[in-house]
Amino acid sequence: MNAKRADKLATGILYFVAGLVVLILVALLGYILVQGVPEISWHFLTSPALAFEAGGGIGIQLFNSFYLLFLALLISLPISLGAGIYLNEYAPQNTLTGLVRTTIEILSSLPSVVVGLFGYLFFVVQFKLGFSILSGAFALTVFNLPILTRSIEEALANIDDNQREAGYALGLSRWETVTKIVVPAALPSIITGVVLSAGRIFGEAAALIYTAGQSAPALNFSDWNPFNISSPLSPMRPAETLAVHIWKINSEGIMPDAKAVSAGASAVLIIAVLLFNFLARWLGKRLYKHLTAE
Amino acid sequence: MKKSRVIQLLGLILIGVLVGFGYHNRTQTNAGESITAVGSTALQPLVEAAGEQYSTEHTGVFINVQGGGSGTGLSQIQSGAVAIGNSDIFAEEQSGIDASKLKDHRVAVVGIAPIINKKTGVTNLTKAQLIKIFTGKITNWKAVGGKNLPIVLINRAQGSGTRKTFESYALDGRKSADSQEQDSSGLARSIVASTPGAISYVAFSYLDSSVATVTVDGVKPTEANVRNNHWKIWSYEHLYTGLHPNQLTNKFINYILSTAVQKKLVKQLGYISVHDMQVQRSATGKISTVK
Amino acid sequence: MDKIRASLLKKSVATKIERRGKILSLSCLALIIVVVFLIFYFVASRGLATFFENHINLWQFLSGTQWNPGTTGTNGQPAVGALPMIVGSFLITILSALIATPFAIGTAVFMTEISPKRGAQILRPVTELLVGIPSVVYGFIGLQVVVPFVRNTFGGSGYGILSGTFVLFVMILPTVTSMSADALNAVPRYYREASLALGATRWQTIYKVVLRAAIPGMLTAIVFGMARAFGEALAVQMVIGNATLLPQNLVSPASTLTSILTMGIGNTVMGSLQNNALWSLAMILLLMSLVFNLVIRYIGRKGKLNNER
Repeated sequence: MNAKRADKLATGILYFVAGLVVLILVALLGYILVQGVPEISWHFLTSPALAFEAGGGIGIQLFNSFYLLFLALLISLPISLGAGIYLNEYAPQNTLTGLVRTTIEILSSLPSVVVGLFGYLFFVVQFKLGFSILSGAFALTVFNLPILTRSIEEALANIDDNQREAGYALGLSRWETVTKIVVPAALPSIITGVVLSAGRIFGEAAALIYTAGQSAPALNFSDWNPFNISSPLSPMRPAETLAVHIWKINSEGIMPDAKAVSAGASAVLIIAVLLFNFLARWLGKRLYKHLTAE
Repeated sequence: MKKSRVIQLLGLILIGVLVGFGYHNRTQTNAGESITAVGSTALQPLVEAAGEQYSTEHTGVFINVQGGGSGTGLSQIQSGAVAIGNSDIFAEEQSGIDASKLKDHRVAVVGIAPIINKKTGVTNLTKAQLIKIFTGKITNWKAVGGKNLPIVLINRAQGSGTRKTFESYALDGRKSADSQEQDSSGLARSIVASTPGAISYVAFSYLDSSVATVTVDGVKPTEANVRNNHWKIWSYEHLYTGLHPNQLTNKFINYILSTAVQKKLVKQLGYISVHDMQVQRSATGKISTVK
Repeated sequence: MDKIRASLLKKSVATKIERRGKILSLSCLALIIVVVFLIFYFVASRGLATFFENHINLWQFLSGTQWNPGTTGTNGQPAVGALPMIVGSFLITILSALIATPFAIGTAVFMTEISPKRGAQILRPVTELLVGIPSVVYGFIGLQVVVPFVRNTFGGSGYGILSGTFVLFVMILPTVTSMSADALNAVPRYYREASLALGATRWQTIYKVVLRAAIPGMLTAIVFGMARAFGEALAVQMVIGNATLLPQNLVSPASTLTSILTMGIGNTVMGSLQNNALWSLAMILLLMSLVFNLVIRYIGRKGKLNNER
């Protein structure tokens, strides 16, 4: 077989493989959306869940998911940004750094149920935070740190060294070069990393069952004082998220319309991740323009 | 540079003021006015619903209910981390728990019924047959008068309350054979519904038209039969507290045991009221009639 | 004079910022390391209790095939044999990675080398979207679609390693694909230009130059996929059957470390043998992912050396 024929054949195979993968993924998405979208209505999105009657919604769970995501990113983003910067810009290339990298990778392969139990014993019981959004946010931080750190490190590593040299040549210190030149330039890929990890947080259930809890007490949406326990902003209230809710109604739900609620909630989850993707990308683009003067 | 510093500082001050303002205006809730109940996922819906009703009737009281499993509930109440530990089984049956340090409150009864896939063609099993099926001695539905289909056993997770009850009262204390396991009622039901030849067991509240039940020795799995102990496979739902629970805990447990809750909520959720039971059963399985 | 001397000897503002920044970023990293060690300590302290407090023989634990902590097995010892779960976890991880790798790399090559436009427009958003689907949903689709498919095509009850493999394959595909694509994108453009200039066809360039240069990155992608497969609990638990039996074939019910861990942990009491034994499973999980990481790192280093020669 000559090289040209091989080239054609390989291209064909690659087209086939990529097509097949797209087909699998689109079929999966389509399956969830087709089953779930008919269940979605304004009532479904805004009303609280019902324990044993039909017609419950997912309003509180949806809010909880977003709030928890926000808190978890608020905690984990600065930490992993710092760690990523150190690993890529300062850390010497030696065995110790390699060891640190391995440790972080192992942390990312921890099953989320172990993270959840660790969070339970550590934050819920030891620190007496109780089943609360805060415990959940800390557990998610543990779960999120390795992934985010890795993607930030990679994003920084992909920035050309020319940029750094230009910074040094202008008399900037290393830290200034990193914060003023490298991080802004790496912003689009950092945001991709954040979006990816946000998706995982959004869909995470096992780590939250034992930390943020699996009940969603009624919220008073006219009370935005975070120190009141029934306020939506209170970090000390238990908060069942959408993914936990899907898990719960599928495993122990006794409402007659459990299947419909679970299908609808799954579709809402995907649509929310989609919206989040668009929003983050749009924001990232604006920020990138603003910071790099392009 | 300077301008942005000023803006940053102003922002920080603004946040500080807002937080202080919020803290100052928070609704004063007494710390003793909130209790946490943790444990059994089977009991969770009842306690949760009762807690919600209780909160609407007594403003400012907050009842936090979480699942986690009977083992979690018992170990948390033993360590004193929560006010109530929910459990499907007697504390005496759980290894690692000192039952003498706990107070038992039985708040409801659940009946447990074997469920089978609809296409097996079996409607009645004798207890001996049930035991043989679950210990792996009978492996085809043909042997008990059904179609020529291999039996697929779906057990509940090791240590789960439902499984302990089923092994004690349906299998007369025998261990069931190693087989597939699922840890939740909903999943066990949907697997039985979709797998030809499957058999499992769930609480009465999970029975629906997607699966079939069988009579055991001719007795139907109904509430009436549980009340007079003709249907033997049932268990209590327990709320465990320490020996000296606080006032709110006591009040809440009395609320669940009140006729209002037992007559309405308990029934709506598919449990059997403890008030209706004509017999009672001790931790060792002894049956006595209620006067 | 003194003023000048002082200002010369004093650290400049830039140096101060530099130091502060370095310390700040280092402390972030240190925090992560502390968290990792806390978890390690936490899992190990409970996992090792099985062997030190309950006096279970380690070899018995690793090679035993009966799992029912709290009861005694045929040999009179507590039945804590973890072999069925270890085998199950290994099989399912390796199989799903084996199936996913060619698909993922093929798609990644397509995305970066053949049709970058379509890759950016369709494939990337779709893969990123899929990462956010909760594993419970994957599990349910597995239950509704994959299990009946396996039952009708390969026989058995449908629950087992094969169904788990299919579900995990779809779950890790997006992760491995997007990470492989990143690795391919990181290969400098002039590699490709040089190869094409030498008269190589596109496929020859891909196969002989680009893929080889991207080997370490793609290996990391596969490790990450495997790690996710290894630690996945809720989805696998629904389709594998959770029978603590050594898998006879790919369609007989089996179990993984995570599925038994998740199912049992709520039903056991902290500090009892049953609970400790489950923590030992978590510890094995941790140790095994450590081994995985080291092996792949070793291979990655070898691959790099070959490239540079």
